[in-house]
Amino acid sequence: MKGIVAGLLVAALGAFGTLSAADAPQRIVSIGGSVTETIYALGAQETLVGVDTSSIYPEAATKLPQCGYQRMLSAEGVASLKPDLVILAGTAGPATALEQLEKLGVPMVRLSHGYSVETAKEHVLKIGSVLGRDEAARKLVEGIDAQVGAIQPGADTPRVLFVLSRGGGSAVVSGKGTAADAMIRLAGGKNVAADFEGYKPVSAEAMVSLDPQVVVTTSRTFSDLGEGGLEKALPGFSLTSAGKANQVVVMDDLLLLGFGPRVGEALQELSAAIHPSASPKAAQR
Amino acid sequence: MNRVLSKTVSTWPGWYSRPRWLVLALALLAGGVLFGSLGAGAFSISWSETLAAFRDGFASADRQHAVIWQLRLPRILLGFVAGGALGICGAALQGLFRNPLADPALVGVSGGGALGAVAAIVLGVPGFLQGLPLVSLYAVPAAAFVGALVATAVVYRVATWQGRVRVATLLLAGIAINAVAGSAIGWFSFVADDVQLRELSFWSLGSVGGASWEALGASVPLLLLALAVLPRYARSLNALALGESNARQMGAPVEEMKRGVVVAVAMAIGGVVAFTGIIGFIGLIAPHLFRLAGGPDHRWVLPGSFLIGGCLLCGADVIARVAVAPAEIPVGIIVSSVGAPFFLFLLLREKRRGGVE
Repeated sequence: MKGIVAGLLVAALGAFGTLSAADAPQRIVSIGGSVTETIYALGAQETLVGVDTSSIYPEAATKLPQCGYQRMLSAEGVASLKPDLVILAGTAGPATALEQLEKLGVPMVRLSHGYSVETAKEHVLKIGSVLGRDEAARKLVEGIDAQVGAIQPGADTPRVLFVLSRGGGSAVVSGKGTAADAMIRLAGGKNVAADFEGYKPVSAEAMVSLDPQVVVTTSRTFSDLGEGGLEKALPGFSLTSAGKANQVVVMDDLLLLGFGPRVGEALQELSAAIHPSASPKAAQR
Repeated sequence: MNRVLSKTVSTWPGWYSRPRWLVLALALLAGGVLFGSLGAGAFSISWSETLAAFRDGFASADRQHAVIWQLRLPRILLGFVAGGALGICGAALQGLFRNPLADPALVGVSGGGALGAVAAIVLGVPGFLQGLPLVSLYAVPAAAFVGALVATAVVYRVATWQGRVRVATLLLAGIAINAVAGSAIGWFSFVADDVQLRELSFWSLGSVGGASWEALGASVPLLLLALAVLPRYARSLNALALGESNARQMGAPVEEMKRGVVVAVAMAIGGVVAFTGIIGFIGLIAPHLFRLAGGPDHRWVLPGSFLIGGCLLCGADVIARVAVAPAEIPVGIIVSSVGAPFFLFLLLREKRRGGVE
């Protein structure tokens, strides 16, 4: 019976086109940096009652109660914030915690997992619809389309390598199936590490043979490694084309890898940076 | 045999009944800890609500009641039983090895169990077993049991020399087993995919957060079986304290006991590790705490260590879920940050006594 009523309700909502903002969830827990970013971009931040530790943009989000890392959630911790909706990125977990939340009857929306402009837009629209802010979501998606459309296809396909390091130790590079790999391709570059999957460390010799023309990294990696740290964490870097010409692009972590509402902006920035000839004022170092 | 054994006990004249009272007091304490930790957690639930949850029963639709029934109760029970199993296994291993530094994690039994569990997660269930009832539920505990069994047997073989277990060899054997398990787990995590990796990282930290009634149902039978077996060897363990040849002369079934203890410990640790990951040091601390006040008679040390171990893990888990709420600290980290200094202290004390060879 309850199910039927809920079904009718959804049908009715469909008929009227949208959920009005007044009926929208009022206590939202957001798990995933891009989810939080989208909620802010849609202007629904006053409904947020908790986020995860990957929600680092905008800075105001870091002041909210933290439910821990998105892959190490605690069911009781999330439930204790008494959310009327939990929006989860596709990477959220562990599975047992999600099962427990389901048993508690906490309403959840889980986004798909994927690294493409299409999924990014889909996520914005989905979040917009569950928050009763379809109009704002549509505008956001139009903005993404405009930004992506405005990207000048580069004259060439530069050989790009993405590097990540935590805590200033040794670095890993991104192979196939990673967010960075997708960003490099979408920005018109060639990921030189696409021969393997996931993030892997790379030896000095392999580094030289990969011979990237541009090395892309995140601002957190850059600050963790410190001045001159990239050469140390990436043996062989100075022998590559990128090392010789000092072609290192540094971008904000969540902007570059988040596939959130700023994906268009990120692609514009990355594309300009890895095609230095096309736009000489790109964010290079 | 009994007459001789009771002589070893009577070296504490006047204290004879003390361990019995201690176990009784611990049982009461355990009841208090179990009940008290029901009230602790990120979700604030009043005591009257907690009692109402029990009155309304399992199927109550209320969110607070669901937190009690679905999250806290299985979690507290798993935490207590797991801690208790670690405690009693620690006591049994210390008796078997005649060595106060034996601990399931330290001597590699937990490492072997974790390796078995990790292998089961990454390699999956073999094809011919798939689809059989209970396989998916019991595959990981069973693999953990086999891993723990092999590790215990190997450690025992390596560390025994002419009927005597040498401390240094025992600890080295533990290091070796842990190293083997660590490297094998390293291999598995190298070939694991993203989802499996996340599951694997759970093992290294240790947590009872994933507790559910299903997990309890799968691990408790293994634990109960082990817990029913171990106390039967209490007298033999007492005899063994006088040395293996003495124990034999006193008529203690030494070989049978060795096998029984090894299998029971492996079963219990397998059942624990499969659902909680590696939680160290409880097996080390619990028997020591009991012996401080209750003396070395295994008839009391075994149940006492079970109760103390259960209280310790249950209490540590309260800290784990309250300290940084709504986030959570893996309980293994809390236990080891207390347990590791305790181990160091024991080592120093043994050194002063000249016990470490």
